[in-house]
Amino acid sequence: MEGAASSSEAGRGPRATLPGGAAADPAAALPGLGLGRPAAGSRIALLVRRAGRRLPPQVRRALRTLDRRARMVAGRMRRRWHRSLQLRVVATTLVICVVVVTVLGFFLVQQIESGLLNSARTSGAHQLANGLAVAKDERGLQGSAGDRDNSLVSLASTLQGLSGPGDNFDVVILAQPSGDSAFGGTYGNQNVNYLSVPGTLTRQVTQEQQQGRTDELWSTPTLMRYRNGRSPAPGLAIGGVINGQYQLYYLFPLDQQQATLSLVQHVMLFGGLALVALLVGIVSLVTRWVVVPIREAAGAARRLSDGQLDERMPVRGTDDLAALARSFNDMGASLQEKLHELEELSQVQRQFVSDVSHELRTPLTTIRIAADVLFAAREQLMPAAARSAELLEGQLERFESLLGDLLEISRYDANAATLDAESADVCDLVRRAAADAEQLAARRGTRIDFRLPPEPCVAEVDRRRVERILRNLLDNAVEHGEGRDVVVTVAGDRDAVAVAVRDHGVGFGPAEAQMVFDRFWRADPARARTTGGTGLGLAISLEDARLHNGWLQAWGEPGRGSVFRLTVPRAGGQELVGSPLPLGPDEAEPGPELIHAPLTLRVSPARPGQELAGTGLPGTGFSAGYAGIQPAGSRRAGTDPEDRGSAGAGSG
Amino acid sequence: MRLMKGRVLVVDDDAALSEMLGIMLRGEGFEPTFVSDGDKALEVFRDSHPDLVLLDLMLPGIDGIDVCRQIRTESGVPIVMLTAKSDTVDVVLGLESGADDYIVKPFKSKELIARVRARLRRTDDPAPEMLQIVDVEIDVAGHSVKRNGRPVSLTPLEFDLLVALARKPRQVFTREVLLEQVWGYRHAADTRLVNVHVQRLRAKIEKDPEHPEIVVTVRGVGYKAGPA
Repeated sequence: MEGAASSSEAGRGPRATLPGGAAADPAAALPGLGLGRPAAGSRIALLVRRAGRRLPPQVRRALRTLDRRARMVAGRMRRRWHRSLQLRVVATTLVICVVVVTVLGFFLVQQIESGLLNSARTSGAHQLANGLAVAKDERGLQGSAGDRDNSLVSLASTLQGLSGPGDNFDVVILAQPSGDSAFGGTYGNQNVNYLSVPGTLTRQVTQEQQQGRTDELWSTPTLMRYRNGRSPAPGLAIGGVINGQYQLYYLFPLDQQQATLSLVQHVMLFGGLALVALLVGIVSLVTRWVVVPIREAAGAARRLSDGQLDERMPVRGTDDLAALARSFNDMGASLQEKLHELEELSQVQRQFVSDVSHELRTPLTTIRIAADVLFAAREQLMPAAARSAELLEGQLERFESLLGDLLEISRYDANAATLDAESADVCDLVRRAAADAEQLAARRGTRIDFRLPPEPCVAEVDRRRVERILRNLLDNAVEHGEGRDVVVTVAGDRDAVAVAVRDHGVGFGPAEAQMVFDRFWRADPARARTTGGTGLGLAISLEDARLHNGWLQAWGEPGRGSVFRLTVPRAGGQELVGSPLPLGPDEAEPGPELIHAPLTLRVSPARPGQELAGTGLPGTGFSAGYAGIQPAGSRRAGTDPEDRGSAGAGSG
Repeated sequence: MRLMKGRVLVVDDDAALSEMLGIMLRGEGFEPTFVSDGDKALEVFRDSHPDLVLLDLMLPGIDGIDVCRQIRTESGVPIVMLTAKSDTVDVVLGLESGADDYIVKPFKSKELIARVRARLRRTDDPAPEMLQIVDVEIDVAGHSVKRNGRPVSLTPLEFDLLVALARKPRQVFTREVLLEQVWGYRHAADTRLVNVHVQRLRAKIEKDPEHPEIVVTVRGVGYKAGPA
């Protein structure tokens, strides 16, 4: 029909009454999911910055607090978002659902709306055509002004009568003064305001009238205004021309269509919301089915890696997740089996060490006593036999300490070493160890210089092991110190106690620094062994230090001697972060490299134990341990070959 | 001080070691007897009435720890264990089964002789002396202990330990001092000896060994006699 073109404009009227909530909802929902929050936070910050100067301080403070809160919440949300797969899936589903349902809703509502309007227009046009047919037969329309007036009044009332008992439409007849006649006026239902006929429509109809065409009908939506106090309501105005003289308008109230439309809108809205909720619920449930077993698997894997080897996952059904659980359980079982095998091996080795220990020691005891008897009686022997008895006695001692060291290191290799820790003053242990080393020192003419703090340095240590380490370090220092002073320094801080043993002997170079802790390593194979060390001393000491979660590190330089530093945590098993003592020569005794190269950088340590980072320059000496690559103390001693390198000798 | 007697029973399955120990002991003026089998140890012990037992922990038949328990059921004679293992568990097990002292193989002959002498050492005709802590009476000369009038049987070592503590009631003894006074060690040695023997002593003389009243622990220092 002809009026369709103009209806598009009118179509917007009723649509504006669509509940806007559906359109606004997705945007409003986003911040709640943590997507919009960071932006919100920064937007607030921007506001604060822009308006900052103009606002009173209280408001500024409040805004700042708000901003901080927003950032905090945003941060938490972001973390949650990244952590939870379920949250991401559900949120994405929610957004997509809302968008789809909204677009679909809009489209459907628009279709229904235009359908309703079209049907109203079609039936309206029929009724107007009827009205025009009736009006054509009205006699008095051509007569005098009075006749016309009467005729129009009666026509209006007749036509109004056609609208039925419910007033399906309101009639308005417009008589416009034309060229040959001054007659004009408006007739129709008294209840309706004639201004309800929109100007656009009257203009179109008037144009038609002037062009002499009478067969076309025009329609446009309008707002019906009433005189009897009814509130304005949307309606449809349809107009046509009676005999080229008068304009007849029917005003159809669209109450019912409006009601239908709003019902549809409500149904759509609630239906859409229900659909979104249902979908989100389903997705959340489905994700849960998948995510929960994955979380279980993650938890089980974590517990397994924490050492709970009995950890298994429940296997339900035969699906993919059950396959995951089965594979996981198989992995756990095979791990457990392997570990069990290793444990058995270790047990076998431990037993072997124990057996060897017993088997070797008994005959050695016999030999030992026999040698003692021979030695005691050496004066009654021939000179050669007497000397043999002496040599036997001396070498047996060496043999014994070698055996002792071998057994000790096998104990470490078998992971059978246990820490018998108790609180002890490390200074005290140093004194005891020194008492043993004094004899050797006196023979070598070496003076041992002690720099002990006045207060005791108490740490939880295995006295026997720490004493053994210190004895080893002191013996080494005296043996390689070329008769020059040996300096023993003890220091403690909140977390650790350190002992540094400094000698001024031959020292060692970078290649050797990595090897001093190796078993049976000798600084110079050509050099005569004088003190008869077993060659296992430092290797055992390193293991002893590790058992304490401590560090044993070496620094050395050819011609400048060496420093061995032992650091143990105050509380047993605690992780070390630094040492209270530097590992290297004293600042007070400038080395030759400082004289030759006065510009050598000496970075003062930011923290004790870190001082080496700046001093390990090529050609200026080297250190055998960096704070940055300290051993992971939580690892068990001797389980990781790489661990050994950094804990002990490290690199130059 | 003098050596009262010198009969030593050597319980060891290693023939060479036994013979060598015999040579050494004879050289020092002791009278050794030998047994190589744990099952026969008690029988030989009853026959020979030794003044001291040198006991190897690892024996064929019943092992040294059981032999030690058996001897302790009928005698307080000093027992010195010979052990190849210095690990805590073995040593403590041996001491708990009743040994007075232990020595780890391989040892020097002087070391062993010193231990044996320390265990056999007794003061000459001690002056009559009566000591009392709480409800325990000690007759030092008569070598007897009574609690509430009832006699308590202590090994010589336990007796020495109790006397050392009771002579200076309320004075705190460190483990090192006790090792020196009771065991005769010059250098600090294994303090587990003291701990184990204090436990054994308490088991015999205390009403409730869990809450001792006679031999009291002073945390971080040592032990003392008398109520806390």
